[in-house]
Amino acid sequence: MVLQSALKNCLQLSCILQAPKAGFRNTASGGLIMQSTSNDVYQNLAVEDWIHDHMNLENQQVLFLWRNSPAVVIGRHQNPWQECNLRLLRQKNIKLARRRSGGGTVYHDLGNINLTFFTTRKKHERMENLKLVVKALKALRPQLDVHVTDRYDILLDRQYKISGTAAKLGRTAAYHHCTLLCNTDKFVLSSVLKSPYKGLKSNATPSVPASVKNLFEEDSSLTSELVLDAIAEEYATQHQIDCHINLINPADETVLPGINNKAKELQTWEWVYGKTPKFNVSTHFDIAYKDSVLDVKVDMDVKHGRIEVCNIDLPEQWLPPALCSELVKNLTGSKFCPNETTALVTTLLRVCPQDGDLQSRWNLLCENIKMLM
Amino acid sequence: MAALSAVRSSGRAARRLVCTHRVRSCSSIRFIKSKYVCVFDKSALKFSHQQRLFRTSAASHGQIVQFKLSDIGEGITEVTVKEWYIKEGDSVSQFDSICEVQSDKASVTITSRYDGIIRKLHYSLDEIAYVGKPLVDIEIDASKAVAAAEDVVEAPPMSHEEHTHQEIKGHKTLATPAVRRLAMENNIKLSEIVGTGKDNRILKEDILNYLAKQTGAILPPSPKAEIIPPLPKSESVPAPAKDKARKIPVPVSRPIVFSGKDKTEPITGFHKAMVKTMNAALKIPHFGYCDEVDLTQLVQLREELKPVAQIRGVKLSFMPFFIKAASLGLLQYPILNASLDENCQNVTYKASHNIGVAMDTEQGLIVPNVKNVQVCSVFEIASELNRLQSLGSAGQLGTSDLTGGTFTLSNVGTIGGTYTKPVILPPEVAIGALGKIQVLPRFNGRGEVFKARIMNVSWSADHRIIDGATMARFSNLWKSYLENPASMLLDLK
Repeated sequence: MVLQSALKNCLQLSCILQAPKAGFRNTASGGLIMQSTSNDVYQNLAVEDWIHDHMNLENQQVLFLWRNSPAVVIGRHQNPWQECNLRLLRQKNIKLARRRSGGGTVYHDLGNINLTFFTTRKKHERMENLKLVVKALKALRPQLDVHVTDRYDILLDRQYKISGTAAKLGRTAAYHHCTLLCNTDKFVLSSVLKSPYKGLKSNATPSVPASVKNLFEEDSSLTSELVLDAIAEEYATQHQIDCHINLINPADETVLPGINNKAKELQTWEWVYGKTPKFNVSTHFDIAYKDSVLDVKVDMDVKHGRIEVCNIDLPEQWLPPALCSELVKNLTGSKFCPNETTALVTTLLRVCPQDGDLQSRWNLLCENIKMLM
Repeated sequence: MAALSAVRSSGRAARRLVCTHRVRSCSSIRFIKSKYVCVFDKSALKFSHQQRLFRTSAASHGQIVQFKLSDIGEGITEVTVKEWYIKEGDSVSQFDSICEVQSDKASVTITSRYDGIIRKLHYSLDEIAYVGKPLVDIEIDASKAVAAAEDVVEAPPMSHEEHTHQEIKGHKTLATPAVRRLAMENNIKLSEIVGTGKDNRILKEDILNYLAKQTGAILPPSPKAEIIPPLPKSESVPAPAKDKARKIPVPVSRPIVFSGKDKTEPITGFHKAMVKTMNAALKIPHFGYCDEVDLTQLVQLREELKPVAQIRGVKLSFMPFFIKAASLGLLQYPILNASLDENCQNVTYKASHNIGVAMDTEQGLIVPNVKNVQVCSVFEIASELNRLQSLGSAGQLGTSDLTGGTFTLSNVGTIGGTYTKPVILPPEVAIGALGKIQVLPRFNGRGEVFKARIMNVSWSADHRIIDGATMARFSNLWKSYLENPASMLLDLK
């Protein structure tokens, strides 16, 4: 480990709440550097929320450093079906999280570091923060060609995006967080961030895809740990504080009261999927059954992640109309989720006529509908 | 923040208002205004104020103030409205979140500067809102103030912080006017209270908790319970004895009322399908048959086999034994593994024993089944159960796992219970529910009392095609395999 153990300790945040300067040899600028000991994306996002809600940032600003095990993080008002390959995520057990700040979708793994700059709302300065990062990188490797664009991206070699930014402004506090690609699995990144879902119509914030490159590819000595330390050093210099990285355990309720509830909320279906702005799925698929191929049209309105309106257009008599309308009736109001749909259709099957052929058709139709989710 | 608006969205705000007039002097430079404080707070439905409700409802005119979208900073002039946390007719307090707007990559929470009622939303979702233009109209009481109608385009957010903080006795504490009034009436110093709201704001709950601690009383949940006035107005430390010595209840000044509210949700998705299934099950004439099984020998056998299974990577519970014994029983009594058609014209004897195992998951009661138990060994059943259980707890059971069941066992005993009355899952004709294993005294063959491991089983069957005798004999056979596990060896295929 690059980090010197002598400089790290566990933080008593209660000190910070009551007496901001207690325990720290700060000067007037005031700053605090914290690093998470957890790689759980929900816990780390919960820490951001906690700091935003509870810490007094008047006298000191905070830099929070964190890394996550594989996860896809979408922006506050985005549509996960539009942004990523949910089937692949489920298959590979990659977590999906929705953050509270705006902006686009990112893929996180341990090679992608996250930096959050907390300030009062008045002192919120995204450009300055990004310039700090660039300065830190250049101090580490002067020959690196990195610069900040007006879209608040950091580009490597003038063409590859290595950092994306998002921000959240509250009443008195604000934060700006950004990623930094050190050594991420680009193959997984590009495959999970490609949505296979067709026919989606939505007002959700779209992501702007970009070619990416790892710092590691430019200079193989640039590890995540090295870069993290360099940024912490630069922050410490600019805030005129000691470069003292405080480790924080996001599961510790004594230091962060209420944190576990925040983490739990971020994992609920209602937050991750339910907060998707209203959208419409209008598509069709082919079903091959016993020497014939039929075209099925599906039109669904999804609000709060639940199917508000559902229309399935089947060739006549392929399924008894009563059965089809039963399916539509039950899908309405149900979550737009393959697992929920599986439970629903298998339960409904119990009260269907016990005809093998009929049941195969039913299962085939339902499998295809689930593919849309 | 969103939770607050959900609570308020009943639309019955007008009936519940507890209104009070108050002149408030701000330490800020701006203005002195009197505020129309509308506290939509069920816990504040106080008897003494009921009279006021009638009075003020006649005088509910306030002034409509246009709350303009303040400067976001960074030279931004327009944003998109992404989510409303309130709707027209809702009450808001100062600092409550009104909406979420987005500008490029920044998501901004807009909070209210006033206490009042939302009268108009100027934008719908996904519309562009302009800085400096009205965002919402809020009705506040302005019988005295002219200043409220002043141009409220904000200078940099700094001024928010200045005039929104109240200085009380040298401490900066955040609390809405209603909360301050409650504190004042109870002679509580706000500085003594720890706020649990956002930014350490003091909430009504904090005051009530503080009062509860003071009297040492647990506040009664309903108005019918004995009313304990939280704090006598003139004293600060009442001893319990004093309460008794006091005169007959003071004007029920502040009985704390249970603030819960009925919540109605639609039944959707999987639960809706279950309703349909259970209604169909109701049409089946059920009869029940119960018995107790002595599992003393099985318990011992499992202890011996558990490590063997562990080595092979499988967790061995009692269920694989129960399932296998059931399958052996079904070989002798195949009518229990059958299905009746819709018109009760034909019985179909199913060849495969696909034994369903009821699982309690987050989604609800899910019943995946182990296929073809008749050709599986106990170990294979255990292994399959492990797979189904892990998929079940992740909510990821597939269609084939959940369909095709012919007979079901429900081990509710892992949660608790002895005898139950299980409901048959159509299109099956029988189901068994297993209670918990208890250690009970029983007599053995020599007339001695010994410690027996007893489990109760409750069967239900479709009386249209199954009779009591069949069920009883099946149960006896199943029971004999489990009470004497060695006998299973004789009949295993």
